[in-house]
Amino acid sequence: MSSSRVTAVAGIDPPLQGRPELFASSAVNSVTELVNGFFEWFGSLGIFLWKVLRAAVTPPYEWRELIRQLDEVGSKSLPLVALAGAAVGVIISLEARYSLSRFGAKSMFPATLVYSVIQVMGPIITGLVVSGRVGAGIGAELASMKVTEQIDAIEASAINPYRLLAATRILACILMLPLLTIAADACGLLSGWFAQAMVEPLSFHQFIESGFKGATFNAFLPPTFKTAVYGLIIGLIACFQGMRTRGGAEGVGRAATNSVVLGSLFLILADVVLVKFILVVFP
Amino acid sequence: MATAYDIAMKQEKTEEYGSAPVVAVNHLRKTFGSHTVLNGISLSVNRGETLAVLGRSGTGKSVLLRLIIGLEKPDSGSIRIHGQEIAGLALDRMGEIRKKMGFLFQHAALYDSLTVAENVAFPLQHHRTEMSKSDRTGRVRELLAEVGMEGDLDKMPSDISGGMQKRVGLARALALEPEILLLDEPTAGLDPISSGEIDDLILKLQRERQMASIVVTHDLHSARTIANRLALLDQGNVVIEGNYEDLDQSEIAFVKEFLKLS
Repeated sequence: MSSSRVTAVAGIDPPLQGRPELFASSAVNSVTELVNGFFEWFGSLGIFLWKVLRAAVTPPYEWRELIRQLDEVGSKSLPLVALAGAAVGVIISLEARYSLSRFGAKSMFPATLVYSVIQVMGPIITGLVVSGRVGAGIGAELASMKVTEQIDAIEASAINPYRLLAATRILACILMLPLLTIAADACGLLSGWFAQAMVEPLSFHQFIESGFKGATFNAFLPPTFKTAVYGLIIGLIACFQGMRTRGGAEGVGRAATNSVVLGSLFLILADVVLVKFILVVFP
Repeated sequence: MATAYDIAMKQEKTEEYGSAPVVAVNHLRKTFGSHTVLNGISLSVNRGETLAVLGRSGTGKSVLLRLIIGLEKPDSGSIRIHGQEIAGLALDRMGEIRKKMGFLFQHAALYDSLTVAENVAFPLQHHRTEMSKSDRTGRVRELLAEVGMEGDLDKMPSDISGGMQKRVGLARALALEPEILLLDEPTAGLDPISSGEIDDLILKLQRERQMASIVVTHDLHSARTIANRLALLDQGNVVIEGNYEDLDQSEIAFVKEFLKLS
């Protein structure tokens, strides 16, 4: 008896192998579901953003909660961000010294380190570190509140959860990311100088003077303040994922993971657009 | 037994609000996907009255409470609070209505990052901003004393038992002096002694505050203790509504089965 006959008798759907029309149909269904899910996610995110914006601009304002979140996002992320920035500074210092030596351009080291840290690595590393720490924390916290009906309890108490929970956290991320980036940049430059000075004497004053020679505010301010957009992405996605969670403990875990993964992904994609925007607007 | 004072207070409030129901639900319908949870039910509750909504698990009892407080929107039908239609109200306009209601969730839904006292103070901090900190602290102590939790102010929700969490949830629900109290399975998961204590507490609060209360429960004993009227739901419909004697004398097969197995 052939395998297709066996499965037909047993009432089981026949396997797709050897049935190209079913395979194609299944593939089309999968792609359709994926595309529908993609648009549904973005649509829901847009509606969520609208509700948060409306809540954020209408009183009463949640100043106490905002201050608490500024501490949570900002000061509690500072040690991690500083450490990451310092590590990046050392890495760039080691790599730059080797590469520049090969091309006889060792004198370019200070400028290379300064521009690499402030314009590129400092912002992106800060964004990714904060996405991991803060994004996961917000996603898990709000997801846990969702599955235990705490968000429903807030709403039942005639308090707007979009204002209390989401707007405060998103605004805290927007305000704190540039400040954390400055901290990461400072640690990166300091550690990079130190790594270089261990090999070749170079005073800090010389390093700063040479590194920032000819630089304007346009070179450094836009890359630092673009991290406010990173903060918006991290906070928005984490709050969105958390507040729409279903499914108990598994849902909480999924929300935390998705907050980090999607936050990091969109942050990097946004950076592509932002870098181009900065190069055009601030040549 | 109602005292003359109780009767006089009730008459005064009746004159203020009239004899119209405080909560009136008419032809309320709610579906989730293809599953019809509420199939056009109609119920009402007056001031000082407690209505117990009974039924099997999954018959839409909790959904009814969530519709009344506005956490869900009905597919059709009417929900009136003091005669005001709320079924289609937007979130920002539900605020004033919700301040008149207290809701006790099935698992209390205490804010787990706040202490017991901070949980009860939460609605006061947001809606009674004219209160000084000392007044607010005093009010929190009063509310917790009413529910027998005055010695646990600084404990976290995770440090107290399920029954104690329900008491704190009840204190929080009463913080804004609501006219309507919604209780979702107040004795679910509790041992018989703790269930009895919660029932006694609800009875005491009801006697003192004369709220319109709706209690969702599958605990028939609890419903008999605290409710003036009972409504039994099955497959999204109200099978019977009345006092316990009406249910006991009913010839409807489902009612007989429910009472036999409760």
